[in-house]
Amino acid sequence: MHMADALISPAVGGTMWAATAGLIAYSSKMVAKDLDSQRVPLMGVLGAFIFAAQMINFTIPGTGSSGHLGGGMILAILLGPYAAFLTMASVLTVQALFFADGGLLALGCNIFNLGFFSCFLAYPLLYKKIVGSAPTPQRIVIGSLIAAILGLQVGAFSVVLETLFSGITALPLGTFVLLMQPIHLAIGLVEGFVTAAVVIFVWRARPEILCSAAERRPAGMYSLRPVLLGLAGAAAVTGAALSWFASANPDGLEWSMFRAAGTEELTSPSNSVHHSLATIQDKTAFLPDYTFKTRDAEDAAEAEPSWPTVDPGTSVSGLVGGALTLVVAVLIGLAAKRRKGTEA
Amino acid sequence: MTRIGNHFFDIGYMDSLASDDSILHRLDPRAKLITTLVFIALVVSFEKYEFSALIPFVIFPVIQISVGGLPAGYLVRKVLLVSPFAILIGIFNPLLDHEIRFYIGAIPISGGWLSFLSILTRFVLTVLSVLILIATTGFNDVCASLEKLGVPRPFVVQLMFLYRYLFVLTVETTRMVRAVSLRSFGSSGIGVKTFASMTGHLLLRTLDRAQRIHLAMLSRGFDGHIAILRSMRFGWREIAYIFGWSFLFFLFRWYNIPNIAGTFVTGFFS
Repeated sequence: MHMADALISPAVGGTMWAATAGLIAYSSKMVAKDLDSQRVPLMGVLGAFIFAAQMINFTIPGTGSSGHLGGGMILAILLGPYAAFLTMASVLTVQALFFADGGLLALGCNIFNLGFFSCFLAYPLLYKKIVGSAPTPQRIVIGSLIAAILGLQVGAFSVVLETLFSGITALPLGTFVLLMQPIHLAIGLVEGFVTAAVVIFVWRARPEILCSAAERRPAGMYSLRPVLLGLAGAAAVTGAALSWFASANPDGLEWSMFRAAGTEELTSPSNSVHHSLATIQDKTAFLPDYTFKTRDAEDAAEAEPSWPTVDPGTSVSGLVGGALTLVVAVLIGLAAKRRKGTEA
Repeated sequence: MTRIGNHFFDIGYMDSLASDDSILHRLDPRAKLITTLVFIALVVSFEKYEFSALIPFVIFPVIQISVGGLPAGYLVRKVLLVSPFAILIGIFNPLLDHEIRFYIGAIPISGGWLSFLSILTRFVLTVLSVLILIATTGFNDVCASLEKLGVPRPFVVQLMFLYRYLFVLTVETTRMVRAVSLRSFGSSGIGVKTFASMTGHLLLRTLDRAQRIHLAMLSRGFDGHIAILRSMRFGWREIAYIFGWSFLFFLFRWYNIPNIAGTFVTGFFS
C-alpha cells in the first residue's frame, strides 16, 4: 500500500510532506524531552527489527498465501506513540531510498498513512483502552485485532483519497474503495493476529518489558490534544490546498467523478463539458503548458501542440520529436561516459 | 530465502557504489538532494495526459548514470522490481478512459493509454532519480545533509541507528530462517505458531542488544547527545549544479521540447 511518486500530484505530496514534517518535529521534541537515554539505541534497533521481521514469511492458514509483519502496532506497543512514529518514519524512509518502495515525494503520504493512524489513533484510542495496564492474552488479541484493522482501514482509505485528489488515475472513488478496503481488511486481520501472537509471546517470556513500556507513558500522562490540534490544522491546510488544486485542474478528480456518474456513452455532451473544463484549465493553470501557443492563436487547430486535441499532425511531430529527444539524451550520456573514460 | 539474502545484499551494493569516486560523488550531498527533489517535483507536476514533454527529463538520470559510472542495467532492474503498484493502479486508466486522443496512422490512442504511459514514465524517472541519489551519495551522507537542512536531530540519529543495525539484524534473521528451513525438510513455509515464536525470540534478542548497545555507549561517554562529525563544503560547484539542472528542468517544464523539435523536423521535410 505504499504510494508511488508517479500517482500523486505535487499539491497532495507537498501537503502530506508538510503534515508529516510537523508530526516528525513534534514527535522528535517529545522524544528528546524524555530523559531516558536508553531510548536512543532502543528505537534504532527496533527499526532494524521491523525490517528483519518482515523477512520472515509465514503461511496464512487456509489460503496458501504467505504474509509478514507490518510492524506499526508492535512499535507503538513497545515504544509509545511518539517514538514509534519516529521509528516507523525511519523504516519507511529507508524503504523509499533503498528499495524504491514509494517515492521521495510520496514519502510524506506513506509515513502519514502507515505511521500516523496506527501510532496516534489506533494505539492510544483502541489498543490502550482495551488492554489497559493489566494485559491478558484475550485482551491483547482483541486489542491488537481491532487496532490493526482500524488503523489499516483508515490508512487504506487515506491512500484512496490522496490518489484521487492527485487526479492521475481514472479510477472512480467507489471502485477504488471497493478495491482497497477489503484487501486491507484481510491484511489488517492477519496483522492483528500476528501482532497479538508476538506480543503474547513477549508477555509470557518477559512480562516486565510490556509493563515498563506501558508504565513509561500511562494513558493519562500524555495528552493527545496537541496531536489532534496538529491533525486539524493539517486537515484544514489539506482541504484548502486540495480544493485549490481541484479547481485549478478540473481534468483529474472532477472529470473522473463525471465519468463515475455513468455518462460515458454521451459523447458529444461529455466532449463539450470536457472542452469547457479544458479551456477553464488553460486559463487558470498554474503552469501554462505551452507558451508559444498564444502567438499563433489564430489557427489553434493547426498550431496548438497540446495532446488533448485530436490532431494527427501534432501527434506525428510529437512522436518524431519524442524519439529525437530520447536519442539526443542517450547520446549526451554516452558522450559524457566516453569523456570520463578517457580521463581515467 | 536466497531471495531475501539478495535483497539485503543489495543495500550493501548500493553503498559500495556510493564509495566510488567521480565528480558526482564528490559533490556536497545537499546539492544532490535538493536537485533530486526539484526534479521529482517538476516531473510529477505535469498534467495527467502529458507524455511527450516528460521525455527530455530522461537526460538527468542518463547523465548521472554515465558520469557517476553507475551500472544502468542493475538500476533499471531494481526499478522494475518495485513497479507492480504503479502498474496495478495505472492499468485501470486504459480500461476506464476510452476517449480517443489522437491517431498514429490508423490506430486510435485513447486517453487511458496515454495517461498510463505517462504514469509509467513518471514512475521510472522518479524512482530512478532516488536510487541514483543513494548510489552516488550513500545513506549516511544523505542523513547528514538532512540534518544540515534542518531535519530534527532525533529523527536523523534514528535513521543512522536503523541503518547501522539493519545489517546486523538481517544476518541474524537470515540465520534463523535458514535454521528453520533446514529442520523442516523443505515443507512449505512457516506456520503462524512458529512465526510468533521466532519473531518473539528475535524481538527479545533485539531488546537485549539494544541494552548492550546502550551500556557500550554509556561506557564511552554517551550523555544523551550524539555528535555527528561530517565536514561538508558548499561551494560554487554545488551552486552551479543546483541552478544548472533546475534551469534545465524548468525549461523542460515550460517548453515541450519534443514537440518543438518534431514540428521543426516534420516541417523541414514537408
